Amino acid sequence: MAEKVLMKGNEALAEAAIQAGCRHYFGYPITPQTEVAAYMAKRMPKIGGIFLQAESEIAAINMVYGVAAAGKRVMTSSSSPGISLKAEGISYLAGADLPAFIVNVQRGGPGLGGIQPSQSDYFQATRGCGHGDYHVIVLAPSGVQEMADLTVKAFDLADEYRMPAMILADGTMGQMMEPVFMGNYTPKIVEKPWATTGTGLQRKHNIVNSLYLSPEVLERTNFERYERYKIIEEKETMYESFLMEDAEYCVAAFGIAARVSKNAVLAARAEGIKVGMIRPITLWPFPVKPFAEAADQVKAFVSVELSMGQMIEDVKLATGCKKPVTLCNRVGGMIPSPEQVLAHLRELAGGAK
Amino acid sequence: MKHKRMTLFAGHYGSGKTNIAVSYALWLKEQSDQDVCIVDLDIVNPYFRTKDSLKELTEAGIELIASPYANSNVDLPALPQEIYGAVNRRDRLAVLDIGGDDRGALALGRYTPAILEENDYEMLLVINCYRPLTRTPRETLEVLREIEAAGGIPFTALVNNSNLGDQTTAEDVLASLDYAKETARLTGLPIKMTTVHNRLYPLLQGRIEDLLPMELQAKYYA
Repeated sequence: MAEKVLMKGNEALAEAAIQAGCRHYFGYPITPQTEVAAYMAKRMPKIGGIFLQAESEIAAINMVYGVAAAGKRVMTSSSSPGISLKAEGISYLAGADLPAFIVNVQRGGPGLGGIQPSQSDYFQATRGCGHGDYHVIVLAPSGVQEMADLTVKAFDLADEYRMPAMILADGTMGQMMEPVFMGNYTPKIVEKPWATTGTGLQRKHNIVNSLYLSPEVLERTNFERYERYKIIEEKETMYESFLMEDAEYCVAAFGIAARVSKNAVLAARAEGIKVGMIRPITLWPFPVKPFAEAADQVKAFVSVELSMGQMIEDVKLATGCKKPVTLCNRVGGMIPSPEQVLAHLRELAGGAK
Repeated sequence: MKHKRMTLFAGHYGSGKTNIAVSYALWLKEQSDQDVCIVDLDIVNPYFRTKDSLKELTEAGIELIASPYANSNVDLPALPQEIYGAVNRRDRLAVLDIGGDDRGALALGRYTPAILEENDYEMLLVINCYRPLTRTPRETLEVLREIEAAGGIPFTALVNNSNLGDQTTAEDVLASLDYAKETARLTGLPIKMTTVHNRLYPLLQGRIEDLLPMELQAKYYA
């Protein structure tokens, strides 16, 4: 598939996972990510892979744990309520230092909520999902091509740092169709001497576990893990800076909110309001540096979100609250319009110039 | 183009069935002095629905028969009783928009006996060679067989809707003609029409037989 194909975000993600060498998919259907499972159900049997619809999300994430422990690339996908169910398993993966790929195509919440797009699992994703001290790497695509590209990236990062990596998408990213290029991926090959692949009577048993009987050892393991997180924060932070050079106002937005905001930024500039945008591509690690730098440049920030204001807290932390940070949002499955963001920017700038 | 009393659109999901069904219903309404109704039989995809075009259809005097839950947060595969009216009342034209793949076509099965008995229908397979799972005529044939097995109605013709969304060029459409012809040869089905976006219609008019222009349902922000 070297030339362009027309794909849904969910399909592009699934195909990219296959190209990244993933041959094990475990999941349970839920709107709006069902096409990931449907695509895998069709493709995996043809390429010698495993597609398994588990009896529940909890079963699926524990199957992921098993394959990850055996050192193979593995994934699961779900949408918001399903990710909550998987949270325990994700904590176990992190505690056992296992690489795995997890996809959340978010829908409105809390509770069963609705099936339309949302970004209200930002806290859940960037704070690890489950219990205990840990992070997962969180990547936020803003288009179908990125759904594919960041999937391959997520597998590579997960293997390299021995931890779960997540795509945090939303209903629109999963459902929208765009032409994509596939097939130029060269997945990173990472040696996994820790994998439980049989000793062949040549070495001691490998043990994959998240239970520590000694608190001293558990403390040390946590400290060591956070040393690794520091390296990731330094090396793997990704963001897009859009028209920030001369910006007096800065929009912070990711995923679908960034696509909407881009139109608003251009419209505001046409009216003489100097606006730029910083789009975090990694939500954890959060791109602290560009926001900290922007805080010395701009008059105010606007966090555009499909939530009641979650990323806004990271923007405030990153900027040390040096400048006001306001929120422009829709929730419950609704999407902010470019006009809404533009109106917010106008108000911030004290009317059109 | 001739038409039958009932026109059914089925195919791989994302092949463009809903857009085509809406455009075809509007075209039918222009061609005929009979009443036209359109039925949303899609119980698979809760995101893109015929109901998105409700205003346009209503203005054209076309009745839309859709689940009361379509476009709501109720992800419930319900079919309204009014569908029996569309299938059984032979005094008006009906366009049926069927859900994607074999899973989508399962819902059709409930109405299959009545449709076969009346025997005044066209069952159209919408194909797009730029979709990843129907890249070749052989793969497309596989989808065709699965849908026929699930829905119980054999296809009567193909609709070539090969496109790359809003990035489609006239060349992309022309390049798909060989694929459509080969699919027609493999399946033994004629190509009823080729569908293109309004933007491309002037560029391709006269170069492709039975060309139907259509407007895209816009739902999300670029």
